Amino acid sequence: MTDLVERAPAGDWAGGQTEKAVRPRTGGRLGHVVPWVIAAAILLAAPQIFTSGGSLTMMSLMGIMIVFALSYNMLLGQTGLLSFGHAVYYGLGAFFTVHAMNAVTAGRLPVPLAAMPLVGAVTGLAFGIVLGAVSTRRAGTVFAMISLGLAELVASGSHILHSFFGGEEGITTNRTKMLRLFDLSFGPQIQVYYLIAVWCLICAVLMYAITRTPLGRLCNAVRENPERVEFIGYEPQTVRLTAFCLSAMFAGVAGSLAAINFEIVNVSYLSLHQSGVVLLAAFIGGIGHFVGPVIGAVVVTLLQVSLSDLTEIWQLYFGLMFIAIVMFAPGGIAGLAMMHGPLIRAGTAHRLIPSYLLALVPALVMLAGLIALIEMAFRALVKAGDGTAMTLFRIPLDVAGPLPWIIALLVAGGGFLAFRATWPRVAEAWDAAATAAKEA
Amino acid sequence: MLELLIVSTLNGVLYGMLLFLMASGLTLIFSMMGVLNFAHASFYMLGAFFGYQISRYTGFWIGLVAAPLVVGGLGALVERYGLRNVHRHGHVPELLFTFGLAYVIEEVVQMIWGKLPVDYRVPPLLDFPAFTIFDTNYPAYKLFMLAVSVAIFVGLLLVLARTRIGLIIQAALTHPNMVGMLGHDVAKVFMLVFGVGTGLAAVAGVIAGPSLVTQSNMAGLLGPILFVVVVVGGLGSLTGAFVASLLIGLVQTFAVSLDVSVSSVAQALGITAQPAGGVLGDLWTVTIAQIGPVIPYLLLVVVLIARPTGLLGNREA
Amino acid sequence: MNGSIAGRALAGMIALGAAFAGTTALAAPATLKIAFVDPLSGGGASTGEAGLKTFQYMAEQNNAKNPDLKLEVTGYDNKLNPQESLVQIQKAIDSGARVVVQGNGSSVAAAIIDFVSKYNDRNPGKEILYLNYAAVDPALTNAKCNYWHFRFDANSDIKMAALTNFIKGKPEVKKVYLINQDYSFGQAVRSAARAMLKEKRPDIQIVGDEVAPLQKVNDFSPYIAKVKASGADSIITGNWGQDMSLLLKAAADAGLQANFYTYYGGGAGAPTAIKQTNLADKIFQIAEGYANIPYPPGHEFEKAFRARVGQELIYPRVVNLMNILVKAAGQAKSTDPKAIAKAMEGIHNDTLYGQDSFMRPDDHQLFQTMYISSFGPIDTAKNFDSENTGWGWKGIGEIVAKDTVVPTTCKMDRPS
Repeated sequence: MTDLVERAPAGDWAGGQTEKAVRPRTGGRLGHVVPWVIAAAILLAAPQIFTSGGSLTMMSLMGIMIVFALSYNMLLGQTGLLSFGHAVYYGLGAFFTVHAMNAVTAGRLPVPLAAMPLVGAVTGLAFGIVLGAVSTRRAGTVFAMISLGLAELVASGSHILHSFFGGEEGITTNRTKMLRLFDLSFGPQIQVYYLIAVWCLICAVLMYAITRTPLGRLCNAVRENPERVEFIGYEPQTVRLTAFCLSAMFAGVAGSLAAINFEIVNVSYLSLHQSGVVLLAAFIGGIGHFVGPVIGAVVVTLLQVSLSDLTEIWQLYFGLMFIAIVMFAPGGIAGLAMMHGPLIRAGTAHRLIPSYLLALVPALVMLAGLIALIEMAFRALVKAGDGTAMTLFRIPLDVAGPLPWIIALLVAGGGFLAFRATWPRVAEAWDAAATAAKEA
Repeated sequence: MLELLIVSTLNGVLYGMLLFLMASGLTLIFSMMGVLNFAHASFYMLGAFFGYQISRYTGFWIGLVAAPLVVGGLGALVERYGLRNVHRHGHVPELLFTFGLAYVIEEVVQMIWGKLPVDYRVPPLLDFPAFTIFDTNYPAYKLFMLAVSVAIFVGLLLVLARTRIGLIIQAALTHPNMVGMLGHDVAKVFMLVFGVGTGLAAVAGVIAGPSLVTQSNMAGLLGPILFVVVVVGGLGSLTGAFVASLLIGLVQTFAVSLDVSVSSVAQALGITAQPAGGVLGDLWTVTIAQIGPVIPYLLLVVVLIARPTGLLGNREA
Repeated sequence: MNGSIAGRALAGMIALGAAFAGTTALAAPATLKIAFVDPLSGGGASTGEAGLKTFQYMAEQNNAKNPDLKLEVTGYDNKLNPQESLVQIQKAIDSGARVVVQGNGSSVAAAIIDFVSKYNDRNPGKEILYLNYAAVDPALTNAKCNYWHFRFDANSDIKMAALTNFIKGKPEVKKVYLINQDYSFGQAVRSAARAMLKEKRPDIQIVGDEVAPLQKVNDFSPYIAKVKASGADSIITGNWGQDMSLLLKAAADAGLQANFYTYYGGGAGAPTAIKQTNLADKIFQIAEGYANIPYPPGHEFEKAFRARVGQELIYPRVVNLMNILVKAAGQAKSTDPKAIAKAMEGIHNDTLYGQDSFMRPDDHQLFQTMYISSFGPIDTAKNFDSENTGWGWKGIGEIVAKDTVVPTTCKMDRPS
């Protein structure tokens, strides 16, 4: 895990997202503020560019997932706690929110919709304290297994406590029948999007701020070496519990936002599957950097919603991509991007571009060959009933004959060989750029 | 009552042994390599499907031998070209690697065998009721399952404790450098362990396939409960896994035969008051039979909180 | 703005022209985009795919012979998740779909009803219609009923009414055991069975009433042990998927000699499991049709369907649904969901098997003839088998639509 230590100095964490914004030598206050201003600008401008109902929904989901994944990373990335049950707090936050919303609709509770995520926060925090107290006494596998057991218990319990969780069908609500502030009905998705965006930004700023506090540092220390933390007079268990509670609190906020967005909450919010998704999102994005889960949330949401349009076997691609990231880029997407941080700062990164481009071409060829092979196998094995003719990359072909298979194999194999041949050049360019950076 | 007691005990033992059959390979990998193999149930599924495919041409018995060999070989390859590379990044990436592998295996199985259950049959040689107790038949196949399970347990114990290779494996876990210096190829030992572990999963698959449903979602349905068995039993303890399997098998079976709820107890005691509804009302009427399948997870949490090493384990992972 | 005014004027003129042209065919057929939202990946994909293929087959058939209306069915993978369904529907709406069809999972159905009702409230003039082909929780046409939702499968109360009407004439049924899954549908089956058996056959003893967690039980032997101990001669179960297969396997292993009255004995994968257990003529199914109904046009349809699609027709109700949709659009002379919905209320239509069916306006529930069939060896030269097992469904009872009518508590809120 030592390679996952957060080494990034303050101010350049957003380097992967908005490279132009980072002027490390400006440092100071401005370095802290600029990335956030840019993030806010992106959130503000996005609906003007992607206007359709579907993309608005998707961006709302991304916002929710960003909060959820960031909260998860407080555990995994910052404190080194692997949890299989983070959806518990997300789901419970959502359930309490939806009940609170219904209470408002019934006129029993005067809270405007925009403040509803606070209900989720309180819920997450409360359950985080209770369940965290029993599960954070140990780290490592024991913690992971307890989280798995608790998740399964809560998910099963939700089926039994029908009156609160509403069984399979869940609890519905209507966000437009709430107390109105500034005459916002929250009927149109765009208003909900902005609500989510604002909360997403607030939560992200808070979570980032936490990483900068002594608590955040202690969490890192507990992850690296709990014994030493004890030597300097802190109880690792207390540190773990604190991180756990805070993380559960933000997960509760994410659950609230989901409840507001969908206006329906059901037991699938609490499922192991949901816990798995957030783990994937955080890891794909990169758990070693604050911005990693943000990237991961965006990528995973996009893939989940859209990949199934392109291919029926999207789960296969999802699994393969995940394995590839675990094997070749355990720092996630953010980790890959951050590797270039020192080079960009030293101004030698541009030397890499030619060799990267050179490697990219065969890599894409190899990918295309692999995709062709997978899709053709899928057609031949599963879809044989619909005929053997298909179109791939706009090329019509028939998988009954050997020709497409031979071509695809050649493309994939040739791409791989060429790709491997470019590696020494990439390494050479990297060394040159790194050496130049050191000298600079 | 006696009837139900005896029948339930028998059912519980049979189910527990089936669990052990599936969990034995996982325990082996877990205790020897420290890898939480999330894809273990996927290898079990592969075993069932390979067994089915081979048995269509050669009959059940050759499938029983061949399928685990094939799957074990696949497992060894996965270790050699996948896990080993990930190993240096630590345990979390290792675990996540198997997580992704489970996704891929499920999809590949769906591509080859489809999403519907396949018609995997009990071999005719064992397709008869072995004995009858209180009108309930016990098929010979289930007894065969029991026998294989016990044989694997005893065999593994002997191999690990009494043979040279077993001692090397145990030493490689705790002192890999020392074992390496003594001239053993540690990497190969791990590859072997992973291969054998996944092969054992496949044995379970071949045997359980005809008895349960051989379908592409069978891995997902069994995955979590296997972890419960291994963790409750204690990391690194084969005996622990054996005991935990039996315990969980019996607990689940007996839970089903208990139609007891708070409300029925209250009624028996002559208490007529009951909560009007809501969450309390739900808790009031839920029966033990209904929560039966959840009990293992409760057991998991309780055991880990009280004894983080598991029932018979001697170390934390 | 100019463009849209011009567009509206043009549309108005076309409409005017169409009115003048009367009922004669329009030059270009109207297109109705249908979004099929069901699991197309993962565990539920086999049933989802069977549904999608049936819808696409029906659209194909319609487009080949109907000059006025073109149907276009697009599949959207909802991964059997309510939230994901809403996202996918949003995408479908973006690409112009105005009709949503879905069937797997009452929880998904409830979420869609809720979404559609809110969407139609918030987007007047852009209404969408939800046609449900398989979600059978009674609540969907009772407490949760909605004007924009139409159900084409008999809900679980209707099926139970039909089943108990059948059992009424079977004096050999004396002790009944109920085994169901612990969720809304399983609970609905169990309470309906209790109420209706009590009413129609008070002499029948219900010797057991069990709910098991949904898709979590790996071994049903303990349940079967209890059934044996109770001495039940019949089992009523709403189980589906592996809960069905494993239940039957455990029963066969233990040598249980009881009849199984099921909702989903014909569901994907179940025939294979029945054949494996060798329980010939002991598994009964209540459904709106089966392949071997002695009605020649039905046979012909089945033959053509199997030849084209490569699998048997699991969803006769999808055929009925599509026929009714086309009929209603024809009557309304429009592809506007609002007009179609209006035309669909109270519509009568002959089913695939030549029997009358009608859409009750009070709750938008379709009533159709229900059939009880049993699974066993058949002469495959003359009859259809299931899942290539060599066994098939044989009819043993039929309950006409009017005998399946159950009351509803729905208070339909109609748009003005």
